[in-house]
Amino acid sequence: MEISLNGKKLLLSSPLSLRVLQEQYCPDADVFIYNGFQTDEDLPLQDGDTVVLIRRGELPSEEQLESMMAARHTPFVHERVKKAKVGIAGLGGLGSNIAVMLARTGIGELVLADFDLVEPSNLNRQHYFISHLGQYKTQALQEQIRQINPFIQVKTHTVRLTAQNAAEIFSGCQVICEALDRPQSKAELVAAVLEGLPQAKVVAASGMAGYGSANEIETRRKLSRLYLCGDLVSEAQPGQGLMAPRVSVCAGHQANMVLRLLLGMDEP
Amino acid sequence: MKVNGKQVALSKEMSLLAFLQEQGYPTDKVAVERNGQIVPKAQFSSVTLMDSDQVEIVSFVGGG
Repeated sequence: MEISLNGKKLLLSSPLSLRVLQEQYCPDADVFIYNGFQTDEDLPLQDGDTVVLIRRGELPSEEQLESMMAARHTPFVHERVKKAKVGIAGLGGLGSNIAVMLARTGIGELVLADFDLVEPSNLNRQHYFISHLGQYKTQALQEQIRQINPFIQVKTHTVRLTAQNAAEIFSGCQVICEALDRPQSKAELVAAVLEGLPQAKVVAASGMAGYGSANEIETRRKLSRLYLCGDLVSEAQPGQGLMAPRVSVCAGHQANMVLRLLLGMDEP
Repeated sequence: MKVNGKQVALSKEMSLLAFLQEQGYPTDKVAVERNGQIVPKAQFSSVTLMDSDQVEIVSFVGGG
């Protein structure tokens, strides 16, 4: 019979049970996941079963982690994203959340740029924890990504992005996410990247403050290489602050558009 | 002249900067593409618009 063990096909010449399989192939494992469900029972294996055997809290080998992730996406998706290099300009409410989502998606290389430190007010929407307070956002995010998938390459630039340095910082990236806060910075970065990196696509954001309907947040193709996520109007201001749900919806739009672009889909 | 897909009458020859100001755009919060090419902000005043131009103006509001 043929089963899948930790993402790889395994041919078994004789019937085995889950425990015997574990003893033979993964003697250190203490967590048994059989066809998607955790179990303590010594179940008989059948043709076509999917088994995951891991040791609680332990990092699998690169090959195993990759097999299991690839099985979770489809192989076509995994192969594409693994070769991709994506830049994220700004690591605040949008950028930190986009970075985590792209790390989970298995993007091969991430280029992260932000000059700022993590501070308490950030915790209402940004993907940082108490343990990160006072650290550079680049460092805090790099550490988190290492905890999600340590085989992803992360390049950090703890600098303030400008029209002069943007193209060099994001050189080689297929897609760059604009995740800055000031509208002047957004306009400047978008222009600098579109002009300086003629092969790159930009996924920018405008309007995601407050707690208005999340259904107002959309992804629109504005120029041939510029996509804009948000509701275009909800500016961050007193009385309409940036809040986790809507900011995350916008970040999700951006991360999904990045994925679509990497998979060859040019339309939102 | 076409601006964001719509026909707009160009009253007289003017720079991109003057056009943006006339139309009420905050000139430091927009990205502009003219005939498929991005125009850097530093060139807004030196680019002269023509009736045959196709212009795309993308505005940004703050937050992120």
